Amino acid sequence: MHRVVITGTGVLSALGNNTSSFWQSLTSGISGIREMVGVDISQIRFKNGAQVQNYIPEEHFAAKDLDMMDRFAQFAVLAAREAIAEAGIEWTPDLREAAAVVTGSCLGGRGAEEAGYWELFHNGKSRIHPYTIPLGMSNAGTSHISMQFGIEGPAFNLSTACASSAHAIGHAFWMVRSGVAPLAIAGGSEAPFFLGGLKAWEAMRVVSKDTCRPFSAERSGLILGEGAAMLVLEPLEAALARGARPLAEIVGFGMSADAGHITQPVATGPARAMRMALRDAGLTPEQVGYINAHGTATEANDRIETTAIRSTFGAHTDKLAVSSTKSMHGHALGAAGALEAVASILGLRHGVLPPTANFLTADSSCDLDVIPNQARTVAVEACLSNSFAFGGLNAVLAFKSLP
Amino acid sequence: MTDHTIQDRVLKVIATTKRIPLENVRPDSSFESLEIDSLDRLNILFGLESEFDIEINDEDAKHIKNIHEMIEGITQLVQAKPPSSPSE
Repeated sequence: MHRVVITGTGVLSALGNNTSSFWQSLTSGISGIREMVGVDISQIRFKNGAQVQNYIPEEHFAAKDLDMMDRFAQFAVLAAREAIAEAGIEWTPDLREAAAVVTGSCLGGRGAEEAGYWELFHNGKSRIHPYTIPLGMSNAGTSHISMQFGIEGPAFNLSTACASSAHAIGHAFWMVRSGVAPLAIAGGSEAPFFLGGLKAWEAMRVVSKDTCRPFSAERSGLILGEGAAMLVLEPLEAALARGARPLAEIVGFGMSADAGHITQPVATGPARAMRMALRDAGLTPEQVGYINAHGTATEANDRIETTAIRSTFGAHTDKLAVSSTKSMHGHALGAAGALEAVASILGLRHGVLPPTANFLTADSSCDLDVIPNQARTVAVEACLSNSFAFGGLNAVLAFKSLP
Repeated sequence: MTDHTIQDRVLKVIATTKRIPLENVRPDSSFESLEIDSLDRLNILFGLESEFDIEINDEDAKHIKNIHEMIEGITQLVQAKPPSSPSE
C-alpha cells in the first residue's frame, strides 16, 4: 500500500481559468455567479449561473481538434494540461503505458447532442452531424486526455450526477494506493449551459432565482456552474524521489447509497459515507478540522447535510469549520467534487479555509460554523470533501496536510 | 448543372470538411494521401448529402475507394433526382 499525494492541480471555473486565480477568488470570497450568457434567458425562469469567463477555445486548440471536442471535453483537457504541467511529470514509455485517467461527468457532451437534435426537431433537417456521438459521449473528456498525453493505462469515466468526480478521484486514489496504477490523472468536467438542459433544471424547481446562499436562512436553491478540475495523484515516495512538491495527501474515500428516494436526501447515507472515509483514512473525527460541504443551498440538502455531519462528528461538530464553495463556483455537477477537492487541498496547503459566500442569516436547522463570507486563516490537520448526488449516491474524500 | 460543377462542389466539400486547401484536393487524390480516415469519411458523406440534398446509401458509400469514384457516385445520385427539385 502506498501513501498517495497530489502533486498537481488544474482548474477552469467561473472563478478563473487556472488554479491560482481560482484560489485567489475563493479566498477573497468573490462569487463567480452572474447573469448567464450564450443562452436565451428570456426562455428560462432563473437568470444566473456560474460560467467560465474569457474563454476562447481557439486559443487552446487547433480548429480540427475543436471539431471533435464538446466544451466539457475541452475543459477536461485544459485542466489536465495545467495539472500535469504543475506536477512536472517526467513521462517514460512505462509510465505512459500504466498511468490511469479517471474522470467524472454528469452530462458529458449533451450540449453537442442538443445541437444535433435541434437540427432534427427544430430546423426540420433529416440528418444529424456524424460527430454527434463522439462529441456527446460522457467519456469523451477521458479519451481526449488519454490521447493528448499518450496515457495508455486504465481510463474510464464515472457518471454519478453531482458526485461523479468525487467518485472518480476516490477510485483513482485506490488504484494508486494499491499499486494498480503508478500515477493517475483524476477529476471531472461539466458544461451544462444549453437550453434543453437548463429547462430540465428549471422544471426540478431547485435552481435559485437569486444567488447561491448555502446554509443561510435565505437560501433558495442551487446555482448551476461549469468548468473542470483535475488532480495528479502519485505515491508519496515516487513524488519525493523525483523532487516533486506534494500539495497534500489523499488519505481516505468513502461511498454509500441512500437506497431510498431518487431525489430526496436522507442523513444516514451521507453520514455512512463520511464514516467510511474516516475509517479508510485511519482518521479519528477529532483530527478533522474542516469539511468542504456538498452545500448546494437547496432547503433539503443543507438541513440534511447538517444532520449527517452532527451524527458523524458528535460533539466535535462544534469545533469543525464547514463551508460550501458552491456559493462562489456554483454547482458544477460532475465537476463539483473535483473543484471542491482542489479547494480542500489548497486550504490544507495554505492554512486558509475558503468561506461560504453570500451568507446572510444563520438558520437553526443548519447550526454549523460555516465560515461566513470571509476566509479564515487556520491550519488544520485533515479535512473531508463531501459530494452527494441525486439518486442518493454519496462520495466523501479525506485529505491530510503535509509538513 | 454540369459534371464539372458537381466535381468542383464535391472537392470543395472535402476540402472544407477536412480543413485543407482546396488546391490540394484533386479528383485523382487518394483518401490516404489526404489523410482521410473513417470518421472523416462520415463527415464528408454528411457534407455531401447536405450540399446536394441527396441520400447516400451505406453500402454504396462503403465501396467508394477514391475521390474519382466519389464524384461519379454523386453525379449518378444527382442525375437520378426528380428534375423539378427546387434546389437545382
